[in-house]
Amino acid sequence: MIRYLLSRLAGMLVVMSLVAVLVFILTRAASGDPIAVLLGDQATAEDIARVQKLYGLDKPLPVQFGYWLKELSHGNLGDSIFLQRPVTQALWERAEPTTLLALMAVAIAACIGVPCGIVSAVFRGKAIDQIFTGLAMLGASVPSFWFGLVLMQIFAVSLGWFPVSGYGDPGAPLWQRMHSLVLPAVVLGVLNSALIIRFTRASMLDVLGEDYVRTARAKGLSESVVVLKHALRNALVPIVTVIGLTVALMIGGAVVTETVFGLPGVGNLVVSAVLRRDYPVIQGALLVVAAIYVVINFGVDLLYTVVDPRVKL
Amino acid sequence: MMSQFLIRRRTAVAAALFASAGAVVPLLAQAQANKSALNLAMIGEPPTLDIMSTPADLVCIIMQHVYEPLFTFDAKSALVPLLAENMPKISADGKQYSITLRKGVMLHNGRELNADDVVASLKRWMEVSPRGKSISKEVVDLSAKGANGVEITLKNSYAPLLSQLAMASGMAAIMAKESLAQPLKEFVGTGPYKFKERRPDQYVLLTRFEGYSARKEAPSGYGGKRTAVVEELRFVPVPNANTRVEGALAGQFHYADLLPIEALARIEKAPGKVVPIMTPSFGFPYLVFNTKEGVMAAQPTRKAVQTAIGEGEMLAAGFGDTRFFIAEGNHFPKGTPFFSTAGTDSYNERDAAKAKTQATSAGYKGDAIRILTSRQYDFHYNMALIMAEQLKRAGFKAELNVVDWATLVQRRADSKLWDIYITHSGQFPEPMLSPPQLGDGAPGWWSSPAKQAALSALNQEANPAKRGALWGKVQQVVYDEVPYINVGKFASLSARAPGLEGYTPNTYPFFWNTSLKN
Repeated sequence: MIRYLLSRLAGMLVVMSLVAVLVFILTRAASGDPIAVLLGDQATAEDIARVQKLYGLDKPLPVQFGYWLKELSHGNLGDSIFLQRPVTQALWERAEPTTLLALMAVAIAACIGVPCGIVSAVFRGKAIDQIFTGLAMLGASVPSFWFGLVLMQIFAVSLGWFPVSGYGDPGAPLWQRMHSLVLPAVVLGVLNSALIIRFTRASMLDVLGEDYVRTARAKGLSESVVVLKHALRNALVPIVTVIGLTVALMIGGAVVTETVFGLPGVGNLVVSAVLRRDYPVIQGALLVVAAIYVVINFGVDLLYTVVDPRVKL
Repeated sequence: MMSQFLIRRRTAVAAALFASAGAVVPLLAQAQANKSALNLAMIGEPPTLDIMSTPADLVCIIMQHVYEPLFTFDAKSALVPLLAENMPKISADGKQYSITLRKGVMLHNGRELNADDVVASLKRWMEVSPRGKSISKEVVDLSAKGANGVEITLKNSYAPLLSQLAMASGMAAIMAKESLAQPLKEFVGTGPYKFKERRPDQYVLLTRFEGYSARKEAPSGYGGKRTAVVEELRFVPVPNANTRVEGALAGQFHYADLLPIEALARIEKAPGKVVPIMTPSFGFPYLVFNTKEGVMAAQPTRKAVQTAIGEGEMLAAGFGDTRFFIAEGNHFPKGTPFFSTAGTDSYNERDAAKAKTQATSAGYKGDAIRILTSRQYDFHYNMALIMAEQLKRAGFKAELNVVDWATLVQRRADSKLWDIYITHSGQFPEPMLSPPQLGDGAPGWWSSPAKQAALSALNQEANPAKRGALWGKVQQVVYDEVPYINVGKFASLSARAPGLEGYTPNTYPFFWNTSLKN
């Protein structure tokens, strides 16, 4: 177990180092100049050069990379060019809405996806299976911005139950902030449940054909016990994997939903940073999101031992 | 029995959740009404709050409530004093400006404004602001004369000085001397609102400054008496334009800035919920030509391109609804001091045959004309598509180079990478404020004896009544030499809640003198 943990940690370090190199190269390979965007139309070439020097952007790329690595080794992700604050602070300020949104959305996705997947598998080929499979296809195809705007028009504009956008008023309590997240969480949850339905269905179908399921039925156990106790527990490993990946995906990838609902999350931060070429923010945010992916994957692997005692690390 | 109980309990929980959700929005609205706060949906997160360092409109819209310049523009685009007591005394040779400050103007830190604050602020402006840096080349001396006097000495007479000092974007903002730093850590000005809090991607919060010293004159444009009636202003970034529309319709925002023109029909159908605001002559799109190198470096070829294009068609493609654009060649609207029709015969010609002849005479050999544009602004891209077709019809080989905005602003600085690029500007009251091609060194690198002569005459004439006619001569040179083409004027669409009263449409919307009716 300890050897496994150490080897996984070493692997994670290698992955993160590669990510750091790739993130830096890809960010700088894209054309565009943050200082020209910052200073606007009236700025002359001299103004731009002066401010580039201020941020060290006039130095050769290897020097800039070395400086960034040195700062990273001290846990410093650098300072944002546009936000005029450390990247870690900018990310920390946006961590709460993004994390809450991801957790609420995954809860919704799992609550829809797992039961529907189970029902679909149990009633394979029947009308209800086709309805759920069709809905899963629809969920995978519907653009999130469209679905978001539809929900917004019904529940925010017409019914007035939820705010259209934002993350609560200044000093709003947690329940009010979570209230602002309901519609975006439903959008993400419903659309991402499609993947969980399909994985649950496929995994359950594999298991339902196994000998031990037939044996359980032959023992005269009720169908609900056979499905929920014997089959589902054995089908959980891929379902847990896909749920874990969905959390990671939402932390870095709820970009469109965050933009549509005007949420101050990590996705929104990354999009505006990319549009303005705020290098420190792009690099820092991608590095942190990659780290979250790696950690969640690691956590999911550890969870396998709980879900399935046959798995040994 | 048990399952029935569970169902009833679930139903009760669901009903309670919906009921509480339903109750939340009215409660919020009530809380906001008690606090007298305006929720203002802006197009995004401001890149900085330092109003001097960037000409970004968004920064100006927010921070003009906190900071004030010495002079400003009234409703007729005329210069009027704001922090200055009166208009300055200008020496006969136009080189010396003596400014007297209003007495008793309080800074947000409780201290009275004095001439040292003004001198220190203007010095910083001339260091950090692109517009200020260009002014610094004209200034020989800037000094305080007593507690309330400021004197600016110029190398030569430079008439646009006061307009530059009055411009709201990239503002020559007067700040408390002790707050000056690079970057700014504190935002201490004299405006009717003071800075309270910024939460990036959530809001910028301003609160009423109780010690504000207002002017006595009646409000007019940005000038006259400013009163902070509403207690709090909350500028909320809402980058998605459709979300701003929905938020305005739902009553979440008291004001929603820059909405898509297609939203007008929906807004007009909801008169009780939201009021559309059209700001005419909000800005102008323009095409910049690379006069330094490449196929557009030759003036006769640029003239042929000017003949080939139809600005009317381009505006229609860019803005659709005819209420939102005006196809006219005069660079300044009718009724303003700089209105002139000089050179406008060359506007909107759309004459392919004539353009072909001109191109042949100019020695055009079929080289590709590289048009640099971005989809960041849909109207730029739509206009570029139409222009490319118009050029092809006249025998030019047009090549669209579509990039994102950050790439465009980088590439346009390199004369080897483009021939024409598309951008736009706000419609300002003074020619020298925009476009930057009228100055030196801006992309396009326009420089010629005719430009020099016409601009020199305009900039040295201090008498506003005579400057209008002199602008006409500059406009004629622009049509003759084609360093850029002003495509026409466009209007903007915003919306306000019916309860927001006293709002007047302006290029940079402001919310002093507005009130909220419950």
